[in-house]
Parts: sequence; structure tokens; C-alpha cells
Amino acid sequence: MTLSSSTPLAPAARAIDIIGADLTEASLTRYLRGLPTVDAVGLAARATDLGSRSIKTTSKAWALDKIISLIDLTTLEGADTPGKVRSLVAKALTPDASDMTSPRVAAVCVYGDMVATATEALGNSKGEHAPGGINVAAVATAFPSGRASLRVKLADVADAVDAGADEIDMVIDRGAFLAGNYGRVFDEIVAVKAACQRPDKSYAHLKVILETGELNTYDNVKRASWLAILAGGDFIKTSTGKVAPAATLPVTLLMLQVVRDWHRLTGERIGVKPAGGIRTSKDAIKYLVAVAEVAGEEWLEPHLFRFGASSLLNDVLLQRQKISTGHYSAASYVTID
Amino acid sequence: MTSTNGTTSNTPPAGQKSSFLDYAPAPESTAILNLKSEYGLFINGEFVDGHGTSFTTISPSTEKTIATISAADASDVDAAVKAARRAFDRSWSTISGRERGKYLFRIARLLQERAREFAVAESLDNGKPIKESRDVDVPLAAAWFFYYAGWADKLDHAGLGANPRALGVAGQVIPWNFPLLMLAWKIAPALAAGNTVVLKPAETTPLTALLFAEVVQQAGLPAGVVNILTGAGATGQALVTHPDVNKVAFTGSTAVGRLIARQIAGTDKRVTLELGGKAANIVFDDAPMDEAIEGIVNGIFFNQGHVCCAGSRLLVQENIHDEVVDRLKARLTTLRIGDPLDKNTDIGAINSAAQLERIRALSKVGEDEGAVRWSAPCDLPEKGFWFAPTIFTNVSTSHRIAREEVFGPVLSVLSFRTPEEAIAKANNTPYGLSAGIWSDKGSRVLAVADKLRAGVIWANTFNKFDPASPFGGFKESGYGREGGRHGLAAYLAPAESRPYAAPAIQAAAVEPVAIETPVADADPQTPTKFVRRKGANK
Repeated sequence: MTLSSSTPLAPAARAIDIIGADLTEASLTRYLRGLPTVDAVGLAARATDLGSRSIKTTSKAWALDKIISLIDLTTLEGADTPGKVRSLVAKALTPDASDMTSPRVAAVCVYGDMVATATEALGNSKGEHAPGGINVAAVATAFPSGRASLRVKLADVADAVDAGADEIDMVIDRGAFLAGNYGRVFDEIVAVKAACQRPDKSYAHLKVILETGELNTYDNVKRASWLAILAGGDFIKTSTGKVAPAATLPVTLLMLQVVRDWHRLTGERIGVKPAGGIRTSKDAIKYLVAVAEVAGEEWLEPHLFRFGASSLLNDVLLQRQKISTGHYSAASYVTID
Repeated sequence: MTSTNGTTSNTPPAGQKSSFLDYAPAPESTAILNLKSEYGLFINGEFVDGHGTSFTTISPSTEKTIATISAADASDVDAAVKAARRAFDRSWSTISGRERGKYLFRIARLLQERAREFAVAESLDNGKPIKESRDVDVPLAAAWFFYYAGWADKLDHAGLGANPRALGVAGQVIPWNFPLLMLAWKIAPALAAGNTVVLKPAETTPLTALLFAEVVQQAGLPAGVVNILTGAGATGQALVTHPDVNKVAFTGSTAVGRLIARQIAGTDKRVTLELGGKAANIVFDDAPMDEAIEGIVNGIFFNQGHVCCAGSRLLVQENIHDEVVDRLKARLTTLRIGDPLDKNTDIGAINSAAQLERIRALSKVGEDEGAVRWSAPCDLPEKGFWFAPTIFTNVSTSHRIAREEVFGPVLSVLSFRTPEEAIAKANNTPYGLSAGIWSDKGSRVLAVADKLRAGVIWANTFNKFDPASPFGGFKESGYGREGGRHGLAAYLAPAESRPYAAPAIQAAAVEPVAIETPVADADPQTPTKFVRRKGANK
């Protein structure tokens, strides 16, 4: 890729607004490279500082319920079966069988071929507009590696949308990104966004997975975040959960800074989803603090912040039970999904 | 959500929609602290009553009295110096460096074991937030003792040649901004080098020094090696001018530093002074923006700006000036001001009514001189001494708020166009303690750092301290270095010299300095080794 490349990119309203009508690979690259850099030590220090907040009593109780309502309850295994997905959906609908005051999770996240099963299992409770509704999110675009032709990736997306997915979690082409081919990454996101459109012209929400563990540097994460937003992503998501490190507090903090800056620039709010590796209430509360103090409390809603997690839910439920009963329950007092 | 003691400002007014950000109070318990209602002077290993007029120390966040404190008069100072001299002659200068190191390691470990207690006491007495005393002051104080404990048996490598000698009795006067940490900066190198000390903590913050006296007892330090005298300026003056004090170490204001220099001029006392500052924090347009904002905040609002090396002058490249100020204001509105003992408090109380008055007066001058004042919107508690984080824009180099040390949470923002101008403006101050540089370009950082006349320069960070790193100032910020090998050397003399320039005719009468006497080492496993007996001239 050279700066002199002037291949026109697919139309993307946001990018044209910000970068200008002469949107080319060269201008996109210049824009991304012109972003202020990130100091890794300073970023980690700020994350540690946010992580040291002491969230107690009423604030903790509120935070635990909020965390549940922000979870994308996830199963992404080669061994997923219809039975496993139905079990996951049941858990999503009734997180704590011993305490019906528990909120429901935001969504279930499955592979594309399981969307129909999940949809059927949710029945009347499917979709954020249903009372107590739960969205169905599908990973797509040759998840997790993203190593397939664009045609295959788009077919993957279209299948999931056709099957009723409310949300699409796509992966970016990290190979193209690391090769400096930002235009290719951009075009793919734009094309996937187009494929998210339903016959009624509405769109499935698009979450763009950066796979920050493979991008390696915070400067790369920052550029990829801007790139994903410019190309039309509704959410930026850290990881597939298949690569270590997955979500970390510093990397999520950085992405929160990007969406805060995007809002500062355009007035538009983009969502953030850390995924993978967040297993305890204690960790999840640190993320809530970071969201509230960096992006703002208005981000603490399911349309702007999600946790991609599977084991987190039960830890939160145990903490919740501790608050209501005064003692810690054994793990057998929460259901496995 | 209700506040436990009325000083937390984050509680929303009744009826207002509560917010997650109004974190429920998370106060650190004071139950761990066993304070006495009265504290005497710590002389010769024991607490004794002082002969001066006792005073009380209050908590600046509530104005409640914590304890009654003895004041040392000239006779108490004399008793303490005599005790230190005796300890120097009879025990401390005669034991091996390794033995001294063991005592220092023991003190360091005790500080760690009692860390929570010290943190609570420090926040109570000083007003600084518990997260700072817990995460910075106390761990660093312990680190200082650990570091210098390691030096105690390696004095040959302190840079003064073989067998350097201790100076004798050190008279040390410390400020109220980092009471325990400054104590560690003073006592650890002095003891490691083989000196004994008489230390006077600040009048408003004597508590942790007195707790430290308990640690000294606990560690079994020989009586008189560490003496703590509480009192006001007169006590400090009596201490530094005492004829039998060989070394004076002072941290505090430039005005008092000048006075001390004048008072001890013509004597052979060694002196190190760590005085005021008006540090420039230089932000170039290629700086990592979010981290620079954090660094600016940390630079000036850490410890309520009661930091001699605070980055109180923000020099920001003009092409990013407005953006930096906007982002800074947004960040400052998220700072949490209130009860220092709440674990979520970012900014605590101003240490004293007098200091609050000074900050208010200088801020008023800033407004009068035409600078634009902006203070973070926050409800300040009614009781106690509080000042909202404040920034002044439209500040020019001639304004008093750009020249004088405010020693409070007040930032002056100036702009520059080129690196050359940044350097010139940064150096355009009578002070020279510290400076910060924010840039992504390593070569620029090094080139600018090379030309800044400041003792400590931070690149892409601020207010970072390490016992291995020397700290001290240029110009009116003082002389001498604390920390690292240099900080150790400040308490040592080369083998040939002696603390007193005694007349030659008398010199023959005193115990010769260079004689080496075999002394049995405390550890029977090691062979007897030669330990130098220092001539005390007494």
C-alpha cells in the first residue's frame, strides 16, 4: 500500500463527513496516521487508577444488575448444538431461577447457523423491543480468523440476518490492517454494513471486532477503532475471545476514549464491547467505572455498552445472592447454562 | 446514599436522580489507628514532655482536634541533640554498616506491616486522599528505607572513596505536604551513612512522625539514634542553629531556606535545601493527548497541588491550546473532591487555614491581573479547608500566578509556538526544581530536556519518584540532592575530612580520626573486621 494510492473507497457517509468527499485510501491512511498517539504506560496507569475505585453497598447492587443487563451471553464453540443453544437461551431468560428479580441479559451471541435455533427458543421474548426482550447476535465474516473471500463473508452475514439476527459481530481483516491496507478493511466493513440491511430497510446492529490481541499496539487499536467507526460500525468490540489477550481494561479504556472523542466531534454515540476474559463481578465493575468516568454514564445502556462473556453471569449472580442473603452461596446455587 | 461524616460532596441533593457516579461512601476505617490524646517529644528513645507551649493538631477536612502535641523549646532541642551525639559516639558510629542496614530493613518492614495505619493517620492529619497515602506516600516511605538499608554496608561506593565517614548529628526539618515520605527521605540516608538525627516535622502534620517514633522503638534502634521534636518555626530554628548539629537538611519554602542559609552561614555545618518550585509542564502538539491530560492533572492536582515539584505552569503549544484546555476542563469535572478517608476521593483538603488563605489570595491576584479563572464545579464541604481545582488561562509570563509558587490546586496555562520558545519560557523562573515534557518524538524530548534548567525532568509522565533517583533543584529551588547515591553522599564526608574544622592545635588532643579499631562483628559467622571509630570531637 502506498500513500499515492487513490483507489476510491465505497461510499460511507461518516468518513466523507470527516475526511472529505475525496475519500481515498491515501486520505484515509493520512487521517488515521494523524491521530494523536497513545502512551502505553500512561494508559495503563489510568486504567489502574480507574480500577482502584471502591464500589460498595448501594452502588455495588446497582452495578451488579447493570452488568447483567449489559451481557451478551455467549457460546461460540465448534461443539455447539441446538440443545446447548436452547440451554443458553433459557439461562438468558431466567438468569437466577431462585430470584426472579434478576434482570435479563442483553443478548445471546451464537454462530450464524444457530440463529434460527436461538430465535425459536426465545419465542416472544426475542428482540430488544419485546418486553424483557433479548437480542440474538451472530458472529459472522468467517469468524474468528476472518480469512475468507469477501463474497463468503457477505454470504455469512446475509445468512445470519435472514435467519433473524438482530446484531452482527463481524471481524476485521487483521492481515490487511497490519499490511497497511486500511482501504481494504474499510471497504469490507462498509460492505458488511450494507449486508446487514433487511428487506424492510432496517439494519442489524453491526459490531466490529478489532481483535486487539492481534493488533498488538495501542496505536493500532486506536486507528482500527477510528477506522471501524468511520466505515459505519455501530459498536467497536475488542476481541473474538479466541486470541489471548482478549479484552483488557487499558484496551477498553482506549476504545472508550475513541467513542468519547467521536461523540465530541459528531454528537453521535458509538457502542463499545469488551469480550473475552472478563469473568468476575469485580473485574466487570472496573469496566463500568471506566465507562462512566471516561465516556459518560449515558453509555451504560445495552445499545452502547456490552460485555461479551459466558462465565461472568454466574459470578454476578453469586454476588447478587450474597447481597440479598448476606452470605456467599456455593457455585451449585446458580445454574449452568 | 448518605455521607458518613458530611464531607463527601458527591451525594446528590434529595430528589435528584441518583447516578452511578455518586459512588456510595467507601470510607477507610479509622479503627486501625490507636492514637493517644497527647504526644510528647521523642528524645533518647522515650516520649518526654516538652517545655514549650503544647499545641493541637487538627484534621484539615473536619477541623476536629486529633491530639495535643508537645512543643520543644531550646532546652529540649539541646537535650535531643545531646542524646543524638551520645548515640552517635557510643553506638551508631561504632557498629558495622551491615548492622545499621539490618535496623533500616527492620524499619522498612515495620512500615509495610503498619502501612494501613500510617495511611489513615497521614490522611487524617494532612488532608490528602487515602488512595494517595495508601498507594504513594507510605509505600514510597518504606521503599526509601529498603533502598538505603541496602547502601549501609556499601558506603565505599558512595562516590567519596574508601571508608567515607558520617558527619555526626543531622538536624532535619521537614514540611507538611508529605510528612512521612519527607521523614523517610531525611532519616533513611542519614542513618545508612552512620549519622544520628534530630527531626522536626511540620507543626500542622506531626502525627506520622510520632507514629514513626513508635516504629523506631519497635525496631529496637539504640536510644538517641532518632529523635523527633515537634513544634513550630522556633523549634526548627533552635535545631538548625544548634552548635553541635553537623548537618542541616531542610525541605520547605524558599523564604525559610534562605533564612536557614543565613543563620548557619559562617559555621561548618553541611546543608542541603530542597525548596520551592514553579515547574513547567510542556505539552507539544504531537503529545499523546489523553495521557498528557492525565499528566497535567497529576502534575498539579496530585496532593492538592501541595507539591514543591508540581507542574504549576502548563506550557502548551499554541496550535493545540484550546483543545487541551477543553479536555482538561472536562477531565477536571470528573475529579472527586471530599472526605480524604473515602477511597474514591481524588482531591482532599487543603492542609491548613493559612495555606488556604494564601491560595485564595494568589488566585485573587490572578483574576485582578487579568487572567481568566475557571474552577471545577463541585460542592465543597462546609467544614474544613477546601479549594476547588482551578485553572487560569490567558496567563502571561509576567503574572504573579505564573511566577510565584501557589502550593495549591491552581494551574496557570501559558502557550508557546516553538520548542525554542518553550525552553525559554520554562527556564524563565527563579526556580528550577522539576519540569515535564510531553511529546511522541523521542529526539525532541531529549533535546528539550538537555536545555531545561531543572533538577528533575519527566518525559511523558509527571510526579514519579523512586528512591534510586536523585531529586533536587537548580537556582532558588535549593542545593544538594536527595535520593540515590547522591542523597547518600550528602550525609558523608571523605575519610580525610572531619565534621569540625577544629584548630590544628586542638586537633591533636581529640581522638584521631583515621585510627581503625578492630571491633567484633555482631555476626559470629563473619571474621572480625575493622570498623572505623569516627572522631566525634566531643
